[in-house]
Amino acid sequence: MAALNIVSRFAEIGIQDRPSVGGKGASLGELARAGIRVPSGCVVTTSAFERFLTILDPQGSIRRGVSKLSAQDSAAIVQLSEQVRAQIECAPLPEDLQSAIAAAYEELHRAPENATCPVAIRSSATSEDSAEASFAGLQDTYLWVRGSDSVIRHVRKCWASLYSVESLTYRRRLNIPEEGLAMGVVIQQMIDSRCSGVMFTRSPTTGDRSVVVLEASWGLGSAIVSGEVTPDKYVISKVTGEIVQRNVSTKLREHLPNSHGAGVSDQEVPEERQNIPCLSDDELHALVTIARQVERHYHAPQDIEWAVSRNHSPGGNLFLLQSRPETVWAAKDKAPVAAPKGKAFDHVIALLSGGALKK
Amino acid sequence: MPTDAKRTFLLPSQITEVPGAAGWESMYPYYTKFQPEDDQRFWFYNAMHFPEPMPAFDAITGEVAYEGLGAFTTRIFVFPTTMGIEHRIANGRVYITANPVSDPAEIGRRLELFQERAGYYYENWNRILGEWTTRMENMIREIAAIQAPTLPEHAPIENVTNATGLGENHYIKEKYHRLLELYSKMWHHHFEMLMLGYGAYMVFFQFCKKAFPETPDQTIARMVAGIEVLMFRPDDELKRLAKKAIEHNVDDLFTADCDPQDVLAAMQKRGENGQKWLAELEKSREPWFHMSTGDGFYHHHLSWNDDLSVPFSALPRYVEQLRQGVSLDRPTEKLKEERTRIIGEFRELLSSPDEQQAFDQMLGLCHLVFPFVEDHKFYCEHWFTTLFFKKVKTFGALLVAKDVLVEADDIFHLQYVEIESLLADLSLSWAGGGKPLGRNHWRPIIEKRKRILGRLKDWNAPPALGPIPDDISDPALQMLWGITNETLETWSSSATALDAREIKGFAASPGIVEGIARVLKNVNDIAQIREGEILVCPVTAPSWGPVFGKIKAAVSDIGGTMSHAAIVAREYGLPAVVGCGSATTRIKTGQRLRVDGNRGIVRILD
Repeated sequence: MAALNIVSRFAEIGIQDRPSVGGKGASLGELARAGIRVPSGCVVTTSAFERFLTILDPQGSIRRGVSKLSAQDSAAIVQLSEQVRAQIECAPLPEDLQSAIAAAYEELHRAPENATCPVAIRSSATSEDSAEASFAGLQDTYLWVRGSDSVIRHVRKCWASLYSVESLTYRRRLNIPEEGLAMGVVIQQMIDSRCSGVMFTRSPTTGDRSVVVLEASWGLGSAIVSGEVTPDKYVISKVTGEIVQRNVSTKLREHLPNSHGAGVSDQEVPEERQNIPCLSDDELHALVTIARQVERHYHAPQDIEWAVSRNHSPGGNLFLLQSRPETVWAAKDKAPVAAPKGKAFDHVIALLSGGALKK
Repeated sequence: MPTDAKRTFLLPSQITEVPGAAGWESMYPYYTKFQPEDDQRFWFYNAMHFPEPMPAFDAITGEVAYEGLGAFTTRIFVFPTTMGIEHRIANGRVYITANPVSDPAEIGRRLELFQERAGYYYENWNRILGEWTTRMENMIREIAAIQAPTLPEHAPIENVTNATGLGENHYIKEKYHRLLELYSKMWHHHFEMLMLGYGAYMVFFQFCKKAFPETPDQTIARMVAGIEVLMFRPDDELKRLAKKAIEHNVDDLFTADCDPQDVLAAMQKRGENGQKWLAELEKSREPWFHMSTGDGFYHHHLSWNDDLSVPFSALPRYVEQLRQGVSLDRPTEKLKEERTRIIGEFRELLSSPDEQQAFDQMLGLCHLVFPFVEDHKFYCEHWFTTLFFKKVKTFGALLVAKDVLVEADDIFHLQYVEIESLLADLSLSWAGGGKPLGRNHWRPIIEKRKRILGRLKDWNAPPALGPIPDDISDPALQMLWGITNETLETWSSSATALDAREIKGFAASPGIVEGIARVLKNVNDIAQIREGEILVCPVTAPSWGPVFGKIKAAVSDIGGTMSHAAIVAREYGLPAVVGCGSATTRIKTGQRLRVDGNRGIVRILD
């Protein structure tokens, strides 16, 4: 048997490695390789998961059970979900997996700027983050996890989340086969964000490809994603770099790392910071440059999560946490705005014809 | 301002008399008066072209311009959905409405003609433009050559020896008629290619608005605008003269607030160097100082040649900048490269080769028409128009010499048909050997009209009158009017705005600055502008280019993103908000403002 690859560092993987590290992991690896700054990290591979699952369930009864479920039968789904999740979270972990994950965490730990080494543990399913179906949010993410025991515990929780009620229902509804379905888990250095947000390299409201639309708020990105805060919103022209629109809103809440170690707490933003922009124009332009770089790299509009670190100095403090292909407008892109005409001036004649000539 | 839920502005019949301005109607022809049935139509104040109350003579500009415009849209090119413009004058302000065509059968019939006729012009654009330029230059030569009218005591001997068979009094009329004829011709030529040019812009802007809905107009305008256009030349000449002043060591004469006459006198005493600079000045003056201090629509918009204070107010600053090593040359190569880059990037962002091809066609057409659309202004509104008013004034001077008028400018307080009768009076009296009767008849009338005009200046003209049309989305209508549904929204909302300190307009040039307002209702006051102030004016006239080096931002009541002023503001990197409707009445000189050229908002901070 060939040596099992339990953990892959970001630097070793790219988008083609989706089957072995899952969508999120592959995408982060791809970004890192393309020279985009992402928090350093690694992925517990799908093979590791497969190995764990095989030991836990040599007969494949779990997958068979799921395949037989009907999407409508929620009672059965809940029951199976509870049973499988408990199994995955409690069963003993093979020694080689345990030590490989601990070693990978130790490696992150040694990164000098990250002495206390809080990490984010994020599920990275093989079917997630694809352009076709946005699987986002169905699997779990755990922030501010510290210590190798806790890391291992949360890796198992991520694996287990593949069998959450939501995930199971979703897979059954879309008839996604269980065979070959696997879960990678990203272990990634946690960024203590001064502010964070999302950006779209195409306007989510109009589909305009010439602008980047960026939202930003104080603290960790979870405050924006969960909708607890109205973020500052900017529209920036990709072509001229002009800030076409700038709405600084009142930002009342921010998510911050918990002072006693692990987890996140939701806090009120001090009054003096509520109404001021959380990004400088320089940071804004730097983020737009990165967004365009990612878009060019993938040759497609992107939906990006980013953060500005408190603990890194300017010039090295902007991080991308995730980039996904934009899916909404990509599906609408059919009718061209205009087609060429016989003569250039035919466009004018058509426009001034009062609708008598088709534009 | 909308008066009720039916969405109507004040009706023409509801306009009230301005105190002390009774009798203003006598200044204008009967066909410019609002009729009772005009209450049913929507009108808007053409403050873009006529920001001040019209002196009686100057109203001719409205008349012949709309004759020319309508001839081309209604009868010559036969625009399918619109005919021409009708205008009315109320309290001295010009209100206009367009005549749309709504019957589909009629639109179809007109479209057939329009296709052939507009197509011919577009296909032969550059040849016709060449001919146009020759025609215009010939007309300018002709009007420049018209000698001041004279009525000597005895006709010159040549009258006899050449057996002309005509008295000088005949030539008075002939010359006057020729001036009017040429003015009419000029305005026809002005509109000959203009509406087709605007049509090309409109197509491209609409395309970009669909393909790139969040891209501001000002960015789209940068793809269209040419880099080397005639309208930049006069300002470039001033920069050249500033360089020459330093080169010939006479730059010390250009101090802040220097008087042009003093400078010219001092130049004479500077020997060879002074002469060299004066020779350079002469080179620049012909033709580049035939630039109107306004936009050429009023008799008091003198040319730089006739009022050197405007060009000379820019010179000290340019001299100072050159001394500090600032390059004043417009970086044309860089601007061109930047334009090419912007065009290329937008093109790249389109989603298919089909779209890219359509984009190329539309933008190509814009670039074809752009030189005419920009350059016609110098020939028509500046060069020709300033000559026209100057020549009319020579008739005023003759009437002063004959003791009819008090000053030459008084002639502009008579309608052009009234001047016709006054010239008949003058001719008869010269021939009969008596005295013209006009003195007693016209002097009181002129005095009264001057008073009335003074009162009318303070009238806060509503931006529009009558019922708001449901929809003015027809592009031809928008083009003719220069307003859109959004304009109407802006005007109605600014009139009812809860926050009286905020004024909304169109973002014409990006950036945010704060500064002190300088409200200039009359372009002749341009010399009042001080370094670092924010210019607030009814309309930013193209010839204000030199002032843009001095100011921090520009705000105007009227204007669009392709207006010359907007283009200049973008080149100077100054924030500009245009089309604010009533900025000049709501803002007072000396107030602190914040001008947000990104969003098109002006805020009064005091």
